[in-house]
Amino acid sequence: MAQKAKTNGKVNGHHAKKVRVATTINGEAVEFLCEPRQSLLEVLRDVLELTGSKEGCLTGDCGACSVIIDGRTVCSCLMFGAEAEGKKITTVEGLANGAKLHPLQQKFLEDASLQCGICTPGFLISAKALLDRNPNPTEAEIRYALAGNLCRCTGYDKIVHAVLDAAKVMQAGG
Amino acid sequence: MHEINYEVPTTVAQAVTMLKRHGEKARPLVGGTDLLIQMRAGVRRPEFIVDLKHIKELRQIKFDAKKGVRLGAAVPCIEVYESEVMRKHYPGLTEAAHLIGSLQIQNRASVGGNLCNGSPAADTTPALIALGAKARIAGGRTAREVPVEDFVTSPGRTVLKPGEILVEFVIPAPKPHSSDAYLRFIPRNEMDIAVVGVGTSITLAGDVVKAARIALGAVGPTPIFAAKASESLIGKTLDNAAIEGAAQLAIEAATPIDDMRGTAEFRRHVTGVLTRRTIQIAAERARNKK
Repeated sequence: MAQKAKTNGKVNGHHAKKVRVATTINGEAVEFLCEPRQSLLEVLRDVLELTGSKEGCLTGDCGACSVIIDGRTVCSCLMFGAEAEGKKITTVEGLANGAKLHPLQQKFLEDASLQCGICTPGFLISAKALLDRNPNPTEAEIRYALAGNLCRCTGYDKIVHAVLDAAKVMQAGG
Repeated sequence: MHEINYEVPTTVAQAVTMLKRHGEKARPLVGGTDLLIQMRAGVRRPEFIVDLKHIKELRQIKFDAKKGVRLGAAVPCIEVYESEVMRKHYPGLTEAAHLIGSLQIQNRASVGGNLCNGSPAADTTPALIALGAKARIAGGRTAREVPVEDFVTSPGRTVLKPGEILVEFVIPAPKPHSSDAYLRFIPRNEMDIAVVGVGTSITLAGDVVKAARIALGAVGPTPIFAAKASESLIGKTLDNAAIEGAAQLAIEAATPIDDMRGTAEFRRHVTGVLTRRTIQIAAERARNKK
């Protein structure tokens, strides 16, 4: 059962051998090659060209790089791409169904819950992970679930309202 | 980030072999929420990353009412918090695990990593010390157990030698009428590093304290077991004089510094406040427990 992520090359003066990683991203089987030092965020953005996840602080404070892995949100900047072997990953690109926006995306637009937009993918991901576990959260539960995502221009009220509104729509089957 | 190699052992023996082969050039990885930041900043420059998350022994919470709990070193904080036995028997430790960073961090960071990172401000460490937890270490000539209060030797350094790994915590069985509590002071509601953290466990026999352990975080170069403060409570009823006496002894055990998070004087004051409060909370929980 040992995962195949062998990298037996020398490090000093040599390029470390690339690692082959098999994952499921937004419902599709995806295999990629990456350097062991690359974060999952770098792999998503630079290797797979999924640029929805944003690079913010690179220290796990801002949440702009949040993705869902096996049902739990993580900062993709604080994880190596090689660690994603066998994982199910949801990025913001996986929220909309074709041209139809996810209710969270729709309500973020309707409630004007974004301005510059850099934090938005991370907020959408954290909100989706919350609603997947708790379809009818209280405002306090939403604020706790979004505590790992920072917004520096819109403020949090509109974001929280959009999540409450999206939960209502989804409860009604929308 | 500098170039690395990434290895994934699935047994403790494999992990130890890999770590021994690479010696000082290797660093174990679990949640990575401290390590990746340190590597980007150039604070740690391991060439070999050995990912311990796929070793079953490090991922389990095994509870036995008589023997206590074995908490795997790689169990993420969120699983500690979500575990019913952990919440029931060790509420202080689960609260500490649930205070670390955001959900994104709790979903990755482990109690074991929190200790091995060696920060004096680690939230789960005073909670573990209060419970009398021991760290089980593999990789030496024989497996050894180290009391958690002896694990961190200086900021960022631990008793682990190259080739050794922390496998699990062995936490004593909950005794009747015993409980624990952890509180920290930060200047806002959530998402910050402790200015002071205090973990306390209390065992009562009627109104009298049968056993007590008080541990302090962020008020010295390593987490501190406040032995005199703990012993001062034993055999006493928890009146104001007893609690105040323990708080004063806890303040005397603290050796804080001035930094951006708070002055030494402020930290000593808060050490007293949190010691009083954690004694009261742990005792209240112990009284209500069957």
